[in-house]
Amino acid sequence: MFNEFLEKLFSWKSDNNSRDQVKRRLKLVLGHDRTGLSPQDLEEMRKEIVEVISRYVELDTEELVFSIENNERSSALIANLPIRRVKNEEKSEQVENEENLENEVKEIQLENEEKIENEVKEIQTENEEKIENEVKEIQTENDN
Amino acid sequence: MARIIVVTSGKGGVGKTTSTANIGMALASRGNKIVVLDADFGLRNLDLLLGLENRIVYTALDVMSGECTLEDALVKDKRQPNLALLPAAQNRTKDAVNTDQMKQLVTDLAQQYDYVLIDCPAGIEMGFKNAIIAAKEAVIVTTPEISAVRDADRVIGLLEAHSIKKIHLIVNRIRPAMVQANNMMSVQDVQEILAIPILGIVPDDERVIVSTNKGEPLVLAGSNSLAAIAYNNIARRLEGEKVPFLTLETPPEGLWERMSRFFRKK
Ligand SMILES: Nc1ncnc2c1ncn2[C@@H]1O[C@H](COP(=O)(O)OP(=O)(O)O)[C@@H](O)[C@H]1O
Ligand SMILES: [Mg+2]
Repeated sequence: MFNEFLEKLFSWKSDNNSRDQVKRRLKLVLGHDRTGLSPQDLEEMRKEIVEVISRYVELDTEELVFSIENNERSSALIANLPIRRVKNEEKSEQVENEENLENEVKEIQLENEEKIENEVKEIQTENEEKIENEVKEIQTENDN
Repeated sequence: MARIIVVTSGKGGVGKTTSTANIGMALASRGNKIVVLDADFGLRNLDLLLGLENRIVYTALDVMSGECTLEDALVKDKRQPNLALLPAAQNRTKDAVNTDQMKQLVTDLAQQYDYVLIDCPAGIEMGFKNAIIAAKEAVIVTTPEISAVRDADRVIGLLEAHSIKKIHLIVNRIRPAMVQANNMMSVQDVQEILAIPILGIVPDDERVIVSTNKGEPLVLAGSNSLAAIAYNNIARRLEGEKVPFLTLETPPEGLWERMSRFFRKK
């Protein structure tokens, strides 16, 4: 009872009066109205963006801020994504992996190219020999 | 060439018609030739606020359909010869009019008057589109309430999309004591959120209702109420004059008032 009394008495001081509440609610709803983005759209976008960024750095998920803010009559997407720490080891591992993969691909490519070249050569010489022999055969037949 | 101004809001009941009637009267009393056009087809009441309801013979719809001339339909105010009303039809819906007809009508009016003030219906449908089609400027009327401000914001966006760039704001029905008690948004709050320049601040005033009862706009009656002063100031600002805004603040509530209010509530 006494607390309530004090609260009412000093309600003009607290920043949770109905005037501040209505301003907060209006700003939020106008952000969605002006951009045509529903709260669900925004949430999906937030998830996707956080997912991408999390591949590179570890985010402080408690402190994420992701909202539409209005300045004059234009809206901006404001994202504040505090980084907990850079994923150093993992990053270098990734780089290593990528390099390894590249080298492997190159090796395989080279091997394959050589193989194909050799095969082609073999087939060519085989064919040439065959043809030569045939030609010789025909010639000797004709001679006879 | 006349200035063509649409008075609009999105939400109904925020004071568009009251503002149109009073701004029209104030501009007229300053020597301008004014026509106020009721674009609220089907729900007309600008005629009532002006007390001209018994003098209507033809309506804007009759002009557009060629049933009568513009002169036939215009209702000249005998109390204020600088002001004329072009009434809306009451028995037909908003769909009876199209944008080409409205454009033509307003263009014709603009030939004869200094100002064409268009009283816009609520909503953002056909009636709204008809009302704004020929306008070059807009006055947005809102009250310091969440739904009215949200709708106003929507309408401002639509006006901008229609290349209406001169858009000004009237915040109507301000209750200074409530603002003081942090239970109502202030004019500055609303202006910051909507981010368009302020044209005027009109306090919530019982005399607005009394003047509506009589069919006599406050401004015409020469009332010295704050609302009448506010509308006169708006007219002067529309004409380019720099007029300081009304300060509506009441002295801050003392501890005693707060305590007695608290106990009354119990
Ligand atoms: N400043 C004011 N103080 C008190 N009542 C007002 C004020 N402005 C408008 N009203 C009242 O609010 C109601 C709606 O006003 P109106 O001008 O018809 O709004 P709209 O045209 O936007 O629908 C009317 O009853 C009118 O008397
Ligand atoms: Mg109206």
